[in-house]
Amino acid sequence: MSDKTIRVELVAADKAVWSGDAKMVIAKTVEGEIGLLPGHEPMLAILGAGEVRITLVGGEIIKANAEEGFLSVEHDVVSIVARHAQLV
Amino acid sequence: MGAQLRVYRQKIKSAQTTKKITRAMELISASRIYKAQQRVAASAPYSRAVTRAVSAVATYSNVDHPLTTEPARIDRAAIVVFTSDRGLAGAFSSNVMKEADQLTTLLLSQGKEVVYFLVGRKAVSNFGFRRRVAVQQWIGGTDLPQFDTAKEISDTLLKAFATDASEGGVDEIHVVYNRFVSMIAQVPEVVRLLPLEVVEGIEAPVGDEVFPLYEFEPDVNKVLDALLPVYIESRIFNSMLQSAASEHAARQKAMKSATDNAEKLIHNYTRLSNSARQAEITQQISEIVGGADALSTAGNED
Repeated sequence: MSDKTIRVELVAADKAVWSGDAKMVIAKTVEGEIGLLPGHEPMLAILGAGEVRITLVGGEIIKANAEEGFLSVEHDVVSIVARHAQLV
Repeated sequence: MGAQLRVYRQKIKSAQTTKKITRAMELISASRIYKAQQRVAASAPYSRAVTRAVSAVATYSNVDHPLTTEPARIDRAAIVVFTSDRGLAGAFSSNVMKEADQLTTLLLSQGKEVVYFLVGRKAVSNFGFRRRVAVQQWIGGTDLPQFDTAKEISDTLLKAFATDASEGGVDEIHVVYNRFVSMIAQVPEVVRLLPLEVVEGIEAPVGDEVFPLYEFEPDVNKVLDALLPVYIESRIFNSMLQSAASEHAARQKAMKSATDNAEKLIHNYTRLSNSARQAEITQQISEIVGGADALSTAGNED
C-alpha cells in the first residue's frame, strides 16, 4: 500500500469534530457504504445516517456517528459535513 | 441631619445600588461575549464547507432549482427579524426594528405585501405594542442560540417559500440581524435569503479557485436538493450567532455607560451633600453665636 494519506475533516453544525490525516475513510451515503482511499476522484454525496470509520496511518480506527449532511472529496481532502456528528 | 442633606444621601444610596447592578451586568456580558464569539468561530468550518459545496454544485451544473430561481412576480415578501429576548442592551433591538421598518417601506413601495417572522421577545413585544401581527415567532434562547432552533426557523421559511403566494406563502425572504463587527460596533444588516444568490456566500471561495469536476451521488439534482436547505440553515444559524454575540457586546457597552453615569451622579450628589452639610453647620454656628449674643445683650440690659 502506498504511503499517501488523505486529509479528513469531520464537521458538525456547531463545531469541528475531528480532523487529521488518514489512510482510509468509510462512510455511508444514501446509496450505500463507500470507501475512500487517497487519490479518489472528486465527489459530492449525500450522507445517510450511520457510522463513519476513519482508519489512521497507524492502523487505529476512529469511529463517529454522522447524520443529515453530505460528504465531499477533492484533492485528497475528505470533508464530512453533518448537522449532528460526534465521535464514538 | 437636615432635610436637604437626607435627600442627597438617599439619592447617593440609590445611585450606588444601581451602579452595583449595572457593573455586575457589564461583567457578565463581557464574559459572555467571549463565549459567543467562540461559538461563531466554531460554526465557521461548517458554514464554510456548506458554502463551498453549494458553490461547487452551482458552478458545474446549470440546474434550475426552485430555491434559486427568481419568481416571475413577487406578491408577498417575508422579513425575518432577529432581536434579543431581554433589554438593557442599548439600541440593539431597536436598531434592527428600525432597519426592518425601512425595509418594509421599501417593499411596500414596490407593491409587495409584507409578512413577518420574529425572533426574540423584544420583537414580539414591539409588534404587540404596535398591534401588528407576525406569521410566526420564536422566543427564548437568543443569547445562546441552538442549531435546532435554526433548523426549525429555516424549515418554516422553506415551507412558506414553497407555498404559492395566493395560498399564503411568500415569494421572497429577507433577514435583518445585527452583525458582530467588533466589541464596539454591531451593524444591523439586511440580507435577502431567498431566492438564493449562491455566488455571494458568507465566505466566498478564495480567489479564482477552480472547482474540480465532481461526481455526484446519487445525482446532481438530488445533491442540490439536499444541500440548499442545509445552506439556508447554516445562514440562519450564523445570523443567530452573530446576533447573540452582538447582543452581549451591546449590553456590555450599555451597562458600561450606565455604570459611568451612576458614578458621575454619585460624585455630583456627594459634592452637593457636602455643601449642604457645611451650610447646615454654618447655620448652626451662626445660630449659636446669635443666641449667645442675644443672651449677653439681654444680660447687660438688666
